[in-house]
Amino acid sequence: MPIEIKMPALSPTMEEGTLAKWLVKEGDTVKSGDIMAEIETDKATMEFEAVDEGTIAKITVPEGTDGVKVGAVIALLNGDGEEAGESTPEPAAKESEPRPSPEDPNKTGSEAKPAPENVEDHGKPADTEAARSDAAAPAPTAQHDGDRVKASPLARRIAADKGLDLSQLTGSGPNGRIVKADVEQAKPGAALAPKAEAAQAAAAPASAAPSPAPAAAAAQLPDVPHETTKLSNMRKTIARRLTESKQQVPHIYLTVDVRLDKLLALRGDLNASLSARGVKLSVNDLMIKALAAALIQVPKCNVMFTPNELVSFKRADISVAVSTPEGLITPVITEADTASLSSISTRMKDLAARARDKKLKPEEFTGGTASISNMGMFGIKQFEAVINPPQGMILAVGAGEKRPWVMEDGTLGVATIMSATGSFDHRAIDGADGAELMQAFKTLVENPLGMLA
Amino acid sequence: MADQYDLIVLGSGPGGYVSAIRASQLGMKVAIVERERLGGICLNWGCIPTKALLRTSEVYHYMTHAADYGLKADNIGFDLGKIVDRSRKVAGQLNAGVKGLMKKHKIAVHEGVGKLTGKGKLTVTQGDKTTELTATHIMIATGARARDLPFAKADGKRIWTYRHAMVPEVMPTKLLVIGSGAIGIEFASFYNDMGADVTVVEMLPRILPVEDEEVSAFMEKRLTKEGIRIVTGAGVEKIDTSASGVKATIKGKDGKSTAEDYSHVIVAIGIVPNTENIGLEELGVATERGQIKVDGYGRTNVEGVYAIGDVTGAPWLAHKASHEGIVCVEAIAGEKPHPFETWNIPGCTYSRPQVASVGLTEAKAKEAGHDVKVGKFPFIGNGKAIALGEADGFVKTVFDAKTGELLGAHMVGAEVTELIQGYVIARQLETTEAELQETVFAHPTLSEMMHESVLAAYDRPIHI
Ligand SMILES: Cc1cc2nc3c(=O)[nH]c(=O)nc-3n(C[C@H](O)[C@H](O)[C@H](O)COP(=O)(O)OP(=O)(O)OC[C@H]3O[C@@H](n4cnc5c(N)ncnc54)[C@H](O)[C@@H]3O)c2cc1C
Repeated sequence: MPIEIKMPALSPTMEEGTLAKWLVKEGDTVKSGDIMAEIETDKATMEFEAVDEGTIAKITVPEGTDGVKVGAVIALLNGDGEEAGESTPEPAAKESEPRPSPEDPNKTGSEAKPAPENVEDHGKPADTEAARSDAAAPAPTAQHDGDRVKASPLARRIAADKGLDLSQLTGSGPNGRIVKADVEQAKPGAALAPKAEAAQAAAAPASAAPSPAPAAAAAQLPDVPHETTKLSNMRKTIARRLTESKQQVPHIYLTVDVRLDKLLALRGDLNASLSARGVKLSVNDLMIKALAAALIQVPKCNVMFTPNELVSFKRADISVAVSTPEGLITPVITEADTASLSSISTRMKDLAARARDKKLKPEEFTGGTASISNMGMFGIKQFEAVINPPQGMILAVGAGEKRPWVMEDGTLGVATIMSATGSFDHRAIDGADGAELMQAFKTLVENPLGMLA
Repeated sequence: MADQYDLIVLGSGPGGYVSAIRASQLGMKVAIVERERLGGICLNWGCIPTKALLRTSEVYHYMTHAADYGLKADNIGFDLGKIVDRSRKVAGQLNAGVKGLMKKHKIAVHEGVGKLTGKGKLTVTQGDKTTELTATHIMIATGARARDLPFAKADGKRIWTYRHAMVPEVMPTKLLVIGSGAIGIEFASFYNDMGADVTVVEMLPRILPVEDEEVSAFMEKRLTKEGIRIVTGAGVEKIDTSASGVKATIKGKDGKSTAEDYSHVIVAIGIVPNTENIGLEELGVATERGQIKVDGYGRTNVEGVYAIGDVTGAPWLAHKASHEGIVCVEAIAGEKPHPFETWNIPGCTYSRPQVASVGLTEAKAKEAGHDVKVGKFPFIGNGKAIALGEADGFVKTVFDAKTGELLGAHMVGAEVTELIQGYVIARQLETTEAELQETVFAHPTLSEMMHESVLAAYDRPIHI
C-alpha cells in the first residue's frame, strides 16, 4: 500500500511553500534520512528528508510548483516489495507524516480534515473544489497566533469567494467574531496574495465588473518600460507582516544619542585578548548585549501584546535583522542577557552566514522577545524600524560618527556619537517605560563595564 | 425637591419595563412612569390576552373535532364570560409579575400621566396631583394605539378596536374584520372557531401582506376552508350603525360598491404612535409621520431624550421594543452594544393555522438582487404532523445561491411560531445551508421539516 508523502510544515507560520527541487525521481529507492526535495518556505529553503523506506512510486507535485498547501500529497512511496504503479492513494496514511515538528499546529489541521471541508461537500456538487481549499486556508493562518479565527460560516464562505484572508480582519461580532458585514467591508489589504493576483488578472480587462476587485488598483501600471518579478514567498510574508504591523500596532518612537568612546575602547581591549581564540567582537554584538541587559533591567519593555493577555518574558532573546538578497530575516540570539559576548559574537557570525545562504532552521529565526536592526554600516544616522509582531519593541541603531559634543566638564569637544531609536508597541508599553529602557540602554553603552558584570 | 434619577422611562410596555430592568442591572437609578397598567399593551391588551383567547378557541376546535381523534364529546359549549375572565386573569398575573420585577430591581414606579417639561425634566400627573422628576436621561416608550377609520370611530358597541374585541360581552353573529394583518387575522380566527360568521376585508391584493406570497395564498385558501370569507383588493367606504347592527359599504375589486349587514365590526387597520401631549414639540424632538426619529441607539435629535418601541416605528412587535430598549440603555451606560437592526426580527401570527417568518420573502430577496435557492417542505411529508392530525402547512426557506446565506424562512401550519426561532438563531450565527444540513433534528418532531426544507432548497429532501 503506497505511503502518501505530504507537504511538510517546516515552520510554525508556514501555510504553503514552493516545491523548489526534487532530488529524487520516480523509481528511486529512498531510506529514512535521505534528502528527497528542497522546499522554499516563507523564510528559507529547507531540505526535506525521507522518514520511511521504499521506492518513489509517483511524484504528484512537480518541482517549481509554488503555493503548495501544507498537508497536500506531493509524492507516493511504495514500501518494500511493492510494485510501483499499482498505487491508489489511501486517504489518510498516518505513518507517512514527514518530519513532524512537535510544536507544529498545522499538523493536526491537515491530518484531521477540518470540518468546513466536509461540510461544504454537501449540496454544492461541482464548483466547490476551489472554495473548499480556500475556505480551509484561513484556519491554519490564524493558528500561528495560537488563536482560532472566530468567524461565522457565512463570513468564511464569502471570504473564500472574495479571496480574503480572515486572519487579517477584525471582527465586529460578539467577542470579535468576524461576521458577514466585516467581510463585505473588507479592504484590499486583507486580500490573500495569490488570490489578489487572480483578482487582478480578472479585473484588469473588465473594468466594468460590478464590484471591482480590491487589488485592481495595483494593476494600473504606468506606461513605462519595465520588467516584473514574481514575488517570492519570503517577499509576500515580509509584505504581509510589515503591513500588519504598521496597520495594527500603534508605534511610538523614542530616540537617544549615545556616546560610544568608552565602548569602542573596551571593544579594542577585549578583541586584543580574544584574538587568540579567534573571536572578534563587532559593535553590533555589543549592542545586542546592551539591549538584552536593558530589557532585563526594564522588564516592562520585554513584553508581547496578545489579544487577551500581556506576556512578560523572563529572559531576553534578541532577533537580529540580517539583510539577504531575498529580503530581511531575523535570526535569534537566545539568552542574550546571560550569554557571554564571545558566545553572542560566534553565534551571530554563524547565523548571519547561514541566513544569507537561506539555510536557517525555522527555530533559529522565530521566537525572539525583541529585535535590533543596525544600519550604521550604511552610514544611516538615525531611523525608525517597524516592530516585528508580536514582539513589543525593536531598536534601530544608526552609525557611530564623530560629532561636536558637550563634554562632562561643560566644554565643547568631539566624541563618537550614535543615535538609537526604539519603536515600541504603545498598546503594551507606555511612553515612560520605553523612555526608561532607552535610558538604560544609553547608560549601559556609555559605561560598558556594566554589561560585563 | 424633585426626585433625581439617572434614567426615567415613560411607559411600561415590553419596551419600557425591560429597559428599566436592564438599566437597573447596569447600576442606574431608574424610575418608570405609567398612566395605566404595568406591562403596557403587550401584557394587558395585546400579545398575552389574545394568546389566552386563541388557546380557548383552539381547544374548542379540538373539542368539536374530537371524533377525528377517536374521542366522544357531547354537549359541547362555552361560557363567553369565563373565556374573557381567563384571558384577563392571565394578563393580571403577568401584570403582577412586572410589579414584582420592578420591586426586585428597585425601580421607582410613578403612576400617572407623564410629560416632558424641559431638558431632563418630567412631570407626572395623577388626578390633581403633579410630581416633578428629573433625570440625566429620559426614554420615551409610550407605545401606540389602534388607528380609527376616519368615517367610523370605534364605539365599543358595534364598532370595535382590539380592546373591545378582547373583552366581548356578546358573541358576534356576523363579524366584519377590516384589515388582514396579524391582529385582524388572529381575531378572525378566534371568532370563526368560536362559531361566528366572519368576513375579512383587505385593501391590498392579498391577506397578511407582509408575509411571503405563498404564505398569503395558502392562508387565504385555508381560512376560506375553515369558513372565513375573505375579500381582498376591497375597501370599506362607509359604516352605518343601527341598534341591531351595522351596514358596511364595501367597494370590491371590480369597483362596485355593495352594502352588507353585520352584527359587529373589528377595525384592525394599523396603529398610531402615542406622541401627543408628552412635551415633544416644546423640546423640539423630531418626528416623522407621527413616529419619533431615532438612530440605532434610540437617540432622538435632542440630547438626553431617547425613544424605543412602537413609538419609533415598524415592526410593531413586543420583542422589537424590548431589544431596541436594551440596546439604548446599554449605549447610555457606555457599554458597546451593536446598533439596533431589524433584519432578524421574527414575526408571528397565532391564528389557526399559525404563521411565522423571519428575513426576506422570496420576492423581496429577488428584488434585492439575490440569486436564490428556494426550498419548500409540506406538513404532509412529516410523520409528527400526521400523528398530530395537522398535516396542512409548509416550511419555506430562501437561500442566496452564491453564499448559502439563509435570507428568509416562512412557515405556516401547527406550532410554527415555536419553530421559527431555530432559523432566527441560525441567521444570527450566520450559518449557511451546510451547517443546517449537518444538524441532527429529533424524530419525530415538526422541526424535522425545517431540515427538509433546507435540503429541498438544494434538491435533496428525503421525504418528498
Ligand atoms: C391585539 C394585539 C395583539 C398583539 N400581539 C402581539 C404578539 O403576539 N406579539 C408581538 O410581538 N406583539 C404583539 N402586539 C404588539 C405589541 O403589543 C406591541 O408591539 C408592544 O406592546 C409595544 O411595546 P411598547 O413598549 O413600545 O409600547 P406599549 O406596550 O404600547 O406600552 C406603552 C405604555 O406607555 C403608556 N403610556 C403612554 N403614554 C403615556 C404617558 N404620557 N404617561 C404615562 N404612560 C404612558 C401606555 O399606557 C402603555 O402602557 C400586539 C398588539 C395588539 C394590539
